[in-house]
Amino acid sequence: MSESNIPALKLFAELPFCEEVVFLSTCNRVEVLISTNRLEEAKESIKELWQQRGEVDPPTLQEVLYEYEGTSAVRHLFRVASSLDSMVVGEPQILGQLKDAYRMALEAKTAGTVLNRLLHKAFSVAKKIRTETRIASHAVSISYAAVELAKKIFGDLTGRGGMLIGAGEMAELAAKHLISSGAGRLVVANRTLSRAVELARSLGGSAISLEEIEEALVGADIVISSTGAPGIILRKDQVKRIMRPRRHRLLFIIDIAVPRDIDPEINDIDNVYLYDIDDLKGVIEFNKAEREKEASKADRIVEAEVIKFMSWMESLNVVPVIQHLQEKAEAVRQKELSRSRKVLVESLNDEQQKALDVLTRSIVQKILHDPIVCLKKGTQEKDGEMILDAARLLFGIDSLEDTQRRRDTGISDANQDKTIRKPSLS
Amino acid sequence: MHKFLFQITVFIYFISAAGFIVHIITLRKDAERIAAVFLSVGFGFHTAAVLMRWFAGGHPPLVNLHDSLSFLAWAMVGSFLLFQWQHKLKSLGAFVVPFAMIVMTASSFQSREILPLPPVLKSIWLPIHAIICLSADAIFALAFCIAIMYLLQERQIKKKRLGAVFQRLPSLETLDAMNERCLTMGFPLLTLGIITGSIWAEKAWGSYWSWDPKETWSLITWFIYAALFHQRLTVGWRGRKAAVMTLIGFTVLVFTFLGVSLLLSGAHSYATWLK
Repeated sequence: MSESNIPALKLFAELPFCEEVVFLSTCNRVEVLISTNRLEEAKESIKELWQQRGEVDPPTLQEVLYEYEGTSAVRHLFRVASSLDSMVVGEPQILGQLKDAYRMALEAKTAGTVLNRLLHKAFSVAKKIRTETRIASHAVSISYAAVELAKKIFGDLTGRGGMLIGAGEMAELAAKHLISSGAGRLVVANRTLSRAVELARSLGGSAISLEEIEEALVGADIVISSTGAPGIILRKDQVKRIMRPRRHRLLFIIDIAVPRDIDPEINDIDNVYLYDIDDLKGVIEFNKAEREKEASKADRIVEAEVIKFMSWMESLNVVPVIQHLQEKAEAVRQKELSRSRKVLVESLNDEQQKALDVLTRSIVQKILHDPIVCLKKGTQEKDGEMILDAARLLFGIDSLEDTQRRRDTGISDANQDKTIRKPSLS
Repeated sequence: MHKFLFQITVFIYFISAAGFIVHIITLRKDAERIAAVFLSVGFGFHTAAVLMRWFAGGHPPLVNLHDSLSFLAWAMVGSFLLFQWQHKLKSLGAFVVPFAMIVMTASSFQSREILPLPPVLKSIWLPIHAIICLSADAIFALAFCIAIMYLLQERQIKKKRLGAVFQRLPSLETLDAMNERCLTMGFPLLTLGIITGSIWAEKAWGSYWSWDPKETWSLITWFIYAALFHQRLTVGWRGRKAAVMTLIGFTVLVFTFLGVSLLLSGAHSYATWLK
C-alpha cells in the first residue's frame, strides 16, 4: 500500500455515479468500494476505466474480477477486515492496509455517510473478532511458533539468554523474533568464526567458536541450532553436565537443522525441552486447523453485524419520512393558527397567545408521537418497508406512484454498495 | 443463623466453581468474571458464618473437624483471592475453587454441634496456633494445585502435545515462581505453627513435645517442606522435581491433618471430643 494509490482513488471518485469511493490495494488484492444510486452504470464505468488505465482486455479482467453488492458487499468487507478472506486466515496485516486505504479516502474526501459508517463498522467487527475468537492466537510460521513455545515455557522473555548455533537464515529470523519479544544477551556460535562475528554484530550479541558451546550453554535459556553439520554436535552428556551449574533453570532447544544437530534424547533430561523442525511443523499444521475452526465462529459474528448494518441502511429511508411528517404537521399548525389569529389577537393577551402556541404544538407532537415511534421501530423489523409505505400513503408524503414503483421493483432508495476486486498487476 | 450462612456459602462456592470450570472449558471471559464475583461474595458470607459461630459458641470455631475444614476452605479461598488480585494466574481458579468446594462439602458432612470447650483447650493459644497451622495448610493446598498445573503443562510440552490443555495453562516459569512463593509463605507459617503448638503444649500439659501422633507427623511434614525449601535455595531445585516434591509434601500434610485425627488417637484427635 503506498501513496501512489491516491491518483487511482481520485480517478474512481471522478467517475459519474460513484458517490463514495474507497480504494484498497495490497499485494494480493485490489478492491474498489463504492456507494451509488445507479448500480449498473457505476459498475460499467469502473470496468471501463480499469480496462483503459490498467491496459487489460475485457476477458482477462472478467476472469479475475468479482463483484459484490448490497448485503454481500457488506459481508465481504467485514470478512476482509477480519482477515477471514486472507490467504493465511487470521494474519492481521490486512486490517492496517484497510485503515490506510480509508485514511486516504478521508483525506481525498471521497468517503461519505455510507462508506464512513461501513468502514468504521468493519474495523469494529475486526476488533470484536480478534478479541472474541482465537483466530489470530495460533502461530503459523516456524519462527513465530518457536517464540510462542518459548513464551509458554518462560512466560516473560525479557532478559532471557539466546544462543544461535550455526548462522543460517531461518535461525537469524527466529533470533530476531526472540529479540523483539524482549530476549536479552545473544551468543552466536559458528564453525567459521568470521560469519559468527558478522551475525553477532548485526543482532547485537557476541560470537564464540563451536568448541565453547558447552560453557556458553550455562548462561543460555533458548538455543536455536541450524548448522549444516552432517552429525550431532550437541550430545546428551554435555547438556546433563551443564544442568547443575545452570541451577536446573529451564532450557529450550530448537533444532531446525536437517540432518539433526542435537541428540534427540536430550528431551529426556529434566527441565530441558527439545523441539526439532518436524515438531514445529506439526505445531503449525495444528494451529492452521485451529484457525479454520475459529473462522466459523468469526463468520457468525460477521453475519450478525451484517444484519445490523443493513438495518441501519434501511433506517436511512425512514429518517426523511419522519422529517417530512414533522414538517408537514408543523406547516398545518402554522397555517391554521394564522387563520384564527385575526379573531384571537383582539381577545387574547400576549400570555394567552403564547399558551395557545404551546397548546397547539403539544397536540401535534402527541399525535405524531406514536406513528414516529412505530416507524423507527419498524425499520428493525421485517415488515419495516410496509410500515414505511403505509406512512407515506396515510400522511400523503410521497405520491402514490412513487410508492407503487418502489414496491414493484423491490429496490429502496438506499445506496447500493458494490465491491470489485482484482489481483494487482504489480 | 451461622448454619444458614454456611449453607449459603456452600451454594455460592458451588456456582463459582462451576463458573471457573465453564471458563477453562469454553474460555468465556464472562464466566470467569461471574465466578470471581460469586467467589468474593461467598467469601464474605463465609467470613460472617465463621464470626457468628465464634460468637454463638463463645470460643474460636476451630476445635472440631467441621470447623477446621470450614476454616481451611475459608483460608484457601482467601489466599486464592489475594493471590489472584496480585498475580492473576490463568486458570488457577478452576483448580483451587473446586478443591475448596470439596473441603466445604466434607465439612458439611461433619457434626455441626457446638460442644463446650474442654478446659484444657481454653487459651489464647488456641486461635493463634490453629489459625497459623490452617493458614499454612491452605497455602500448601494452593501450592498443590499449582504443582498439578505445572506437571500437566510440563507433560504437554515434553510430549509435544500443544492442544487445549497447553493453551489453557500458564507458562512453566510462571507456575514455578508461584509455587516458590507459596513455599516461602507456607513454610515459615508451618514452622511458626509447630512452635506455637509446642508453647501451648507446655502451658497446657507441662511439656513442649510429647511425641503425640499429630506432633510426630507434623514434624515429618515439616522435614519434607524443609528439604524442598533447602534444595530450592542451595542447588536451585525447580521445575518438575520441585512440583513432584510439593505433591509428596501435600499428601503427607493431608495425612497429618485428616489421617492422624481420624485413625490415630492422641491429644489432637477430634474423635475424642465427639464421643
